[in-house]
Amino acid sequence: MLNVTALYRFGIKPIVFAACAAPAALMTLGILAAVGKIPSSPMDLGADPVDRLLHACGIPALNMLLITLLVTPARMLTGWSHLLRLRRMLGLFAAFYALAHFVVYAWLDQGLDLAAVGADIIKRPYITIGMLALLLLVPLAITSTNRMMRRLGRRWQKLHKLVYLVVLLGVWHYWWQVKKDIREPLLYFAIFGVLMAFRAYRAFRVKSAPATAPERT
Amino acid sequence: MKFETPRILPSDITSRDLFLDRRRVLRYAAAGAAFGALGAGVSGRALAATIAAPGAKLAYTPNAALSIKDPPNSYEDITTYNNFYEFGTDKSDPAVQARDFKPLPWKVTVDGEAEVKGSFDFEDILRPLSLEERIYRLRCVEAWSMVIPWTGFPLAELIKRFKPTSKAKYVEFTTLMSPRQMPGQRSPVLRWPYVEGLRMDEAMHPLTFIAVGVYGQMLPNQNGAPLRLVVPWKYGFKSIKSIVRIRFTELQPKNSWQVAAPSEYGFFANVNPSVDHPRWSQATERRIGGSLLAKRAATLPFNGYAEQVASLYKGMDLRRNF
Repeated sequence: MLNVTALYRFGIKPIVFAACAAPAALMTLGILAAVGKIPSSPMDLGADPVDRLLHACGIPALNMLLITLLVTPARMLTGWSHLLRLRRMLGLFAAFYALAHFVVYAWLDQGLDLAAVGADIIKRPYITIGMLALLLLVPLAITSTNRMMRRLGRRWQKLHKLVYLVVLLGVWHYWWQVKKDIREPLLYFAIFGVLMAFRAYRAFRVKSAPATAPERT
Repeated sequence: MKFETPRILPSDITSRDLFLDRRRVLRYAAAGAAFGALGAGVSGRALAATIAAPGAKLAYTPNAALSIKDPPNSYEDITTYNNFYEFGTDKSDPAVQARDFKPLPWKVTVDGEAEVKGSFDFEDILRPLSLEERIYRLRCVEAWSMVIPWTGFPLAELIKRFKPTSKAKYVEFTTLMSPRQMPGQRSPVLRWPYVEGLRMDEAMHPLTFIAVGVYGQMLPNQNGAPLRLVVPWKYGFKSIKSIVRIRFTELQPKNSWQVAAPSEYGFFANVNPSVDHPRWSQATERRIGGSLLAKRAATLPFNGYAEQVASLYKGMDLRRNF
């Protein structure tokens, strides 16, 4: 018989890991090509490589955050509770891409001019909320280990509810920096809305269930 | 059995605009003849004959006095990184989506407060003109910039031929409206067709340019073929592409970006490092084509053309008239 733990360890997890790492691998090739270390790359950073890299880090960060929020509904709908085993990896990759997004901004875009970065964070609302999302995401990544889960116990659950706020701020950050064509950020908002609506519906049902449930005999 | 009533398809009906256009063409025919006569016999006849397709070589003389010394961006950068929402909102979209666009034959309608009005063939517009090359800075409102060798002629030379009346205080430009050819126009990202405008003194300024080429070749579609405006001291969105209409007006035109977001984009849109966009800084810019670690460059007032154009705005509050 197939062991679920073995299936995840040697099959599903490596595949999901590769899928999550693919954007980073492509970007690395793109950077190597842009600085002339390799002749060509499947990802061409184009005329404005910094802008392309910002986008190429930000979008996977948002995608993976939304996928982490999909795990619970998917688990509920399919009954596959083992899906939960993928959530930590997805969350850590989201944090990795969000951090990379910030590094590209502070280093490649702003040339490590910390005064300019600080001024941006204070003066530009879309950067303020993006920064806030990142700052809230970092403690979640740090407390994602088994040891921290055990140590924090019930508080761990509470702390990690912060991810809802992180995703909201992240999608909002995307919305606010778009010049005019907001169709894509709108789509992200819609998906976030559906995922949150699922949770709200479930919370409501769990609460009201004892009152409406037929009496057992 | 079902009987089908013969139906008139929407595509069979001549649109009201087109119908009116035909009337206008007839009405303007006389004026058009006058416009043609003005240009007859001048140098550019051969040039009009060479104009065949995008990328065709143009004959021109470099205008060193009005060119900056910075090295221009590569032809590839200039033709693959474009904001031309008619062909998609991603900067890599236009190079792909504009591939099948047909810039020729092309007509430009001239109307409003001018003596010479009508519908003019692109070739007739060019015939009396000699082309020059000017290397200009281009600063996008999104805080990136390029250096581009444009081929074309001063807008003033064209405007003079239409003899604007004393009532003409502004010039309004309109881009082609063709959702069939311009897929971006099928989504209401902006109000189509794209409209831009200049004050008359801005339009007549010697730096204000109509480009028909880049790097000495006919403009590629994604850069606004067959003719586009270039106003180097203003943010890029003022430099309207693929112009089909020039109208002289008494009232200030409503340009598309101002209509779309009046708190973010104004009519003047002069490059100004000390007036930020409400959402981002305009103090610095990223020069396209630099290395990955290149530092951002300081943005210059009027994009470095302050000496030539600052006097146009004497006494104006540039913070309010952004």
